[in-house]
Amino acid sequence: MRNTFINTLCELAEEEERIWLLTGDLGFSVLEQFVDRFPNRYVNVGVAEQNMTGVAAGLAMSGKIVFTYSIANFPTFRCLEQIRNDVCYHQLDVKIVAVGGGLAYGSAGYTHHAIEDLAVMRAMPNMKVAAPGDPFEAREVTRAIAREQGPCYLRLGKAGEPNVHQRPPAFSIGRAIPVREGFDAAVLSTGGMLQTAVAAAEICARRGGSVAVYSVPWIKPLDVELIRELAQRFALLVTVEEARSSGGLGGAVAELVAETQAPKARLIRIGLEDSDICDVLHHSVFSQESARAVLRFDSQGIADRVLEALR
Amino acid sequence: MTIQNHPAAEFAKAIRAHALRMVYRSRASHIGTCLSVADLLAVLYACVLRVDPQNPQWEERDRFIMSKGHAAAITYAALAERGFFPADRLNSYCEDGSKLGGHVTQYGMPGVELSTGSLGHGLPVGCGMALAGKRDAKPYRVFVLLSDGELDEGSNWEAALFAAHHQLDNLLVIIDYNKIQSFGTVEEVLDLEPLAEKWRAFRWAVREIDGHDYAQIEDALVSAPFASGRPTVIIAHTVKGKGVSFMENLLAWHYKSPTEEQLRLALAELGIDIEEHIHQHIV
Repeated sequence: MRNTFINTLCELAEEEERIWLLTGDLGFSVLEQFVDRFPNRYVNVGVAEQNMTGVAAGLAMSGKIVFTYSIANFPTFRCLEQIRNDVCYHQLDVKIVAVGGGLAYGSAGYTHHAIEDLAVMRAMPNMKVAAPGDPFEAREVTRAIAREQGPCYLRLGKAGEPNVHQRPPAFSIGRAIPVREGFDAAVLSTGGMLQTAVAAAEICARRGGSVAVYSVPWIKPLDVELIRELAQRFALLVTVEEARSSGGLGGAVAELVAETQAPKARLIRIGLEDSDICDVLHHSVFSQESARAVLRFDSQGIADRVLEALR
Repeated sequence: MTIQNHPAAEFAKAIRAHALRMVYRSRASHIGTCLSVADLLAVLYACVLRVDPQNPQWEERDRFIMSKGHAAAITYAALAERGFFPADRLNSYCEDGSKLGGHVTQYGMPGVELSTGSLGHGLPVGCGMALAGKRDAKPYRVFVLLSDGELDEGSNWEAALFAAHHQLDNLLVIIDYNKIQSFGTVEEVLDLEPLAEKWRAFRWAVREIDGHDYAQIEDALVSAPFASGRPTVIIAHTVKGKGVSFMENLLAWHYKSPTEEQLRLALAELGIDIEEHIHQHIV
């Protein structure tokens, strides 16, 4: 997804000369094409994310559309007050791009995990929050946030994720994308979990469960209309994210369903809980794949949990 | 207080009086810090900044960021005196529904570039504005006023590295070095010395001035940059509470607001005709 992001950003920068890119000294073998083509609109600010975000705000106040880029925890948590005060309060055209969201940097250790990002960014005023599910979506989200006035957060995986959609899906800001039909349960997946969510639905199908899958690239604004409708239509709604479900997609959907009149659906939220983080991830190193298996949110784990809930 | 024969002197007197009245009316804090920067603001707005109150968003305007956002009352006073909005709006300072917050806030107030209050935000944003100016070959300069206590925040030093590396000689920092921060003296809390040497080591061009001497302030602001390719820092030695004898150099005036009696005494010390001031601005 990060390669799709930079390819798309270069296309956009060709047409729109207000687009700038700032990095906090990361992006080796990813950002070079932007650097080569648009050197006057690129700055490696160094390992200094507070300054990066403030500089981005100052550039945006001078008419630029500024993308900040780093590994997921750095351009978010390290400089959160700059994001809130300088970027969000002033409604500036700053687009925060986080690579390696979730546990993508698994065995690099927990300092590099970004699992609170969706909850934290969702709480920021004026902020739009996107986590595309595959490269098709990453391209569309990148194009959308470049056009959209105001602050945006884009959470990407790393590299090499496959396309899950067969072809570029119909896309607009705030809308979820149907991926697979079903009638027992609806799974809402955000970000790089999409492929796993589809695989889980396939496992459910082999075991007699009919599970619909929706990709939710926009956590804010959320597809309120669709999710309300799903809560009335299905007996079970399942959110899936490689993030803390409190405050993330799970939290957003829970708030919405709780405020929906007489929903039919029961909701289960699959994501990371405090216990997963404190009892597992803070004790041993795991690759992304192993962590998903251990914490039961790989395709098998998700399928088991959905089928248990359907019983 | 000796009145210096300088065009900024009357401006400084007026904004001191406004700020005193504003904190008196609102029972707000930070009068000491306001008086500390009054002369710096007076020279900036009366003599130096290329701004157009009729066209606050003029693309080529100089940018001024009051990074020590708690000096809000005097900043609004300076904008009003410079003609960005009528002085009677100052009386709404800190009132419910007002646009004049207790820390400098960009509620669409003309002349306010950046909402501040949390320290350490102004310089990175100023760096972004200065970088845009350089790359777009615009003639404007960017001025950022920092407090001494604010320099405890690490973000300033990230920005200090950045500005020198990118040779932002269109960026000018003024440090209000009154030596008193929120809960003690700078020396007691977190000593900044040797301050000038720190900035020199960061490859900034440095000048130390008396922050209440109009000629020194103006000369420094006008003659910067002192070295091509280097950002400028002016370390202004100031007195917290300057201009009101019973407020000078006292930590308590970081918090207290004057009583009516103290307001009258303070205005009298400034040489303000109290009855006329009250008639003009309060009744």
